[in-house]
Amino acid sequence: MRAYFSDRMGAALLMAPLLLFLVLAYAWPFLGVVKWSFTLPTPGLGQYNALLTDDLVQSVFIRTLRIAAIVTVVSVAAAYAITVVWVRGTPVQRVIAEFCILVPFWISVLTRAFGWVALLSNRGLINTWLQSIGFISEPLTLVRNEFGVIVGMTHFLIPFAVFPLASSMRSLDDRVLLAARGLGSSRMRTFWSVFVPMTRSGIIGSALIVFVFSLGFFVTPAILGGGRSVMVAELIYLRIFQSPDWGLGAAISVVLVLFVGALMALLFRYVRPRQLV
Amino acid sequence: MPTYRPGPVSLILAALVALFLLLPLLAVIPVSLTPSRMLAMPSGELSLRHYRALIEDPRWINSILLSIRIGIVSSAFSTVLALCFSLGVWMFQPRFTAALVGFVLLPMVVPPVVSAITLYFLLTSISGFSAFFGYDTWLGVAMAHAVMTVPFATVLILVSLSQLDRRIDLAARGLGATVWERATRIIMPNIKFGIVTAALLSFVLSWEEIGVTLFITSVNAITLPRLMWMGLRDNIDPAIAALSVILIIITVLVLAVRSVVVRLRQE
Repeated sequence: MRAYFSDRMGAALLMAPLLLFLVLAYAWPFLGVVKWSFTLPTPGLGQYNALLTDDLVQSVFIRTLRIAAIVTVVSVAAAYAITVVWVRGTPVQRVIAEFCILVPFWISVLTRAFGWVALLSNRGLINTWLQSIGFISEPLTLVRNEFGVIVGMTHFLIPFAVFPLASSMRSLDDRVLLAARGLGSSRMRTFWSVFVPMTRSGIIGSALIVFVFSLGFFVTPAILGGGRSVMVAELIYLRIFQSPDWGLGAAISVVLVLFVGALMALLFRYVRPRQLV
Repeated sequence: MPTYRPGPVSLILAALVALFLLLPLLAVIPVSLTPSRMLAMPSGELSLRHYRALIEDPRWINSILLSIRIGIVSSAFSTVLALCFSLGVWMFQPRFTAALVGFVLLPMVVPPVVSAITLYFLLTSISGFSAFFGYDTWLGVAMAHAVMTVPFATVLILVSLSQLDRRIDLAARGLGATVWERATRIIMPNIKFGIVTAALLSFVLSWEEIGVTLFITSVNAITLPRLMWMGLRDNIDPAIAALSVILIIITVLVLAVRSVVVRLRQE
């Protein structure tokens, strides 16, 4: 009995500091944000009503969903191509693929966004080169629009899409591919009818991760969108700091959390967490 | 047994993706060598003036030192809290473990912008009664970074604990070791690699944190990413290109050393 008691005390003493820290520094202020959404500027459901009626907010939500959907499809497809080589290539191909995945992964989001500015802006690498060979006379607008945002976000999210795909490709049994080939299926058909369907859990997992990340993305859209292609996260920032409308910013945050929570619930319903990593 | 190697089509597609991934990192190199005051490709002569600006302009040095200070404090804080919590989970396996771990992982799962507005609320509330700990102070930033990095530290330490053989702890317990002795002399020496990794990852995440930092700083606590952000939003300062080149070189070197170390450990 004494041992049981001291076990419980030990666990409580060890776990309490972190739990207390997060309750005070995270859970409590989050409830404060929820309270803002119902009380600022006037008590009531006014802010949530505004979310449903305000044209600007609506267009930002639609743009965010559209960009997130495009980025998800492109990133997962691109990640799939490089993951195949990373997991199943020759040793040299694997090292090269790993380098190309991990170096961008560890470099800060600001540096990567800046790299795209250096490439895509009016006096950037691509426009300078196209003008010097006489292909175009006026610089193309490649940045400070939705195109730039999609390119930058896809670049940021490909490494995140790679990891779930890699684990599902690693666990795939080679004998199944061998059987398909033995039964007379072509290389192409084996890939599309056997390999791809068997990595389905990895595809679902990586698509949901990329989609969820895209919804709350802030830095890349703010830099590469140049204020013209505002997404939800930037809208929250603008509502807090530029047109002080804390209630609306808070209400958008609450809606974003609920939406992401619902998507995560969906993820764990169809893919068991262990299949993801 | 034959393994299926990717065919030529896959290799070409993968090479295109690899090029896409590396291109923006390579593009900053020529920009960093431009003699121009603005963002441009160098035409003709090259110059190191933007590298010199990094050393000579006190703003860059100050923000680098501030970022290092915040990184060390927040990483130490989050690693210690994560270590204690994970030891509690592993040694005592209390009820509701799954729910408690889930709660600790929240800052990692919630969209960063929502965490940012949450921490903005926290620090502006604290600012009401403390001038040196709250909105736009380095201690406030360090605490906010600890909130954001503690889930990652916890995951890493829990993973390395899960690979530990429970019987060595049972043996120590059977021989009469106290909880403190088991934790510090049996368990921690066996997971020290995980603890060090957790501390390093926390530091790196704090060092490059920008999403939350933007919400909780204005003019005093200018971390390095915050200064880069300011230089990116208005007139694009080519000093950022020079800084980016340095950061990319450091990353490549660290990854190369790491892969050599991993390979040596495997042999």
